[in-house]
Amino acid sequence: MNAPLGYLNDSSLQRLIPAEAIVRLESVSKVYPGRHGAPVSALDGIDLAVPQGSVLGVIGRSGAGKSTLIRLVNGLEKPTSGRVVVDGADISALPEKALRHARRSIGMIFQHFNLLSSRTAAENIALPLEVAGYDKAVITARVDELLSLVGLSDKRNRYPSELSGGQKQRVGIARALATKPKVLLSDEATSALDPETTRSILDLLSRINAELGLTILLITHEMAVIRSIAKEVAVIDGGRIVEKGDVFDVFTRPQHTVTRSFLADEPGRALPPYVAERLRPEATPNSQAVVRIGFRGPHATDPVLARLARDLNIETNILAGSVDEIAGRPCGTLVIGVPEVSLDKTLAFLTHYGLDTEVLGHVA
Amino acid sequence: MSPEMIRLLAGATGETLLMVAISAGIGTLFGLPLGVFLATSGKGELFAAPWANRVLGVIVNATRSTPFIILVVAIIPFTRLIAGTSIGTNAAIVPLTVAATPFIARLIEGAIREVDQGLIEAARAFGASPLQIVLKVLIPEALPSIVLGLTLAVVSLIGFSAMVGAVGGGGLGDLGIRYGYQRFMPEMMLAVVVVLIVLVQALQSLGDVFARRLNKRIRHA
Repeated sequence: MNAPLGYLNDSSLQRLIPAEAIVRLESVSKVYPGRHGAPVSALDGIDLAVPQGSVLGVIGRSGAGKSTLIRLVNGLEKPTSGRVVVDGADISALPEKALRHARRSIGMIFQHFNLLSSRTAAENIALPLEVAGYDKAVITARVDELLSLVGLSDKRNRYPSELSGGQKQRVGIARALATKPKVLLSDEATSALDPETTRSILDLLSRINAELGLTILLITHEMAVIRSIAKEVAVIDGGRIVEKGDVFDVFTRPQHTVTRSFLADEPGRALPPYVAERLRPEATPNSQAVVRIGFRGPHATDPVLARLARDLNIETNILAGSVDEIAGRPCGTLVIGVPEVSLDKTLAFLTHYGLDTEVLGHVA
Repeated sequence: MSPEMIRLLAGATGETLLMVAISAGIGTLFGLPLGVFLATSGKGELFAAPWANRVLGVIVNATRSTPFIILVVAIIPFTRLIAGTSIGTNAAIVPLTVAATPFIARLIEGAIREVDQGLIEAARAFGASPLQIVLKVLIPEALPSIVLGLTLAVVSLIGFSAMVGAVGGGGLGDLGIRYGYQRFMPEMMLAVVVVLIVLVQALQSLGDVFARRLNKRIRHA
């Protein structure tokens, strides 16, 4: 069909491609014709690679373009310019029929589940298989397998109206996996669920990723979703990717203001109200500097503050803090108040011990 | 009521049911695909054909806005062409079908448009073709509304069928006018009205029960 397909199928050349990205967006832009005159740009020069077998989370506010981004991957939307390559096929250039076939290897789950109310759980899961033209016997066997995978074997004959939100999403996941896809797209799949159900759905997705080696691309507006399932994260704002990388790095050393704002509610990052209210950008003679210390890795357990007091004789106030684990690695944050006179020495000391520091402001 | 009256009443009821059943049947046959097309051929939809959509929409509206009694008279040449005559029950079926088709098409269009767009998106995402989406998603999901719509169409057709009496169409309306009104037999008029009420009531209940059975969105105890 087109040249790149042939190259990718050549095994000697395949090894030359550094990361085996199963999904690749290459300088993708999407412009919608505006209702009144001016066209609206939804995505602007997006480059993104999702490595085979990984879980990549895209986080952004509503209207940031993440919905458009995920729909480009299975061709529900066409890019205005750029290429979308999934498993070696240029999705953006496939004719309709080939695209429908390609979509069988790209599953998708939705915020509002999108199950047919007229079909039972089992019948909903069977639908993509019916559409693909499988034999009845094959379908029955596969549906049984999927129902047990998502833990709903006892609900097979229930209609969606008789299922809870979490159970509906499990049916959605089973349906998305029916045609044995290589990639799963998750469009805010847990945004309509309560925290506990969210937890169990994310656990299921993690298990599927680990056991079936399925690559997952998810979009969300919740940092908690990213932290509990994703290995890599891309932050999208105004149609551009403003920050991307390893989840641990982005969580512990956020670079962009948008990323910081998403992290603001994360444990240990939120300042207690009595500090936040009195925080000023400028120092005054009697004020204290408020410093956030970021611990990564083994330093997380070091008694740094004790040393600060003992070695430099600097007394600090602990204002907020937490110790946590992100992507399986320990990390923590501690917010302290330091007398202005000792600020420079404190920062130098902390940096010397390999800790991240950030001066948040000053309180009188 | 004399046995003669009962005989007349039974015959007229049979004629009405026949006219309504056949016109509703053929009307559905044409109205279902037409309605599906109207619901899916707008700009950016499954079978996007905005011009055909607009043209058909205008034709449907024109037919629906023509008063039925005028339609009956206006299409007499067409009726002759199809039924060979313009008088009698068979002839009456032609204008009834012509009126029923656009009406049913609009009802089906409405029912299909009620289906959540998210389902179409999900079906496209797992590789369904537009035709598969119509047959496996849209129609099954819209079925309870379609059944209610068809019930409404049948009830309306019973009313329309009374009007074709004016052109010798037979049926209950014809009986009511000729015997009840023109021959001063109020008991016949009353009997016709009672039969019509019972008929409509029964058909509506049947439609409601059927639609409720099909509707899986509500929990059944």
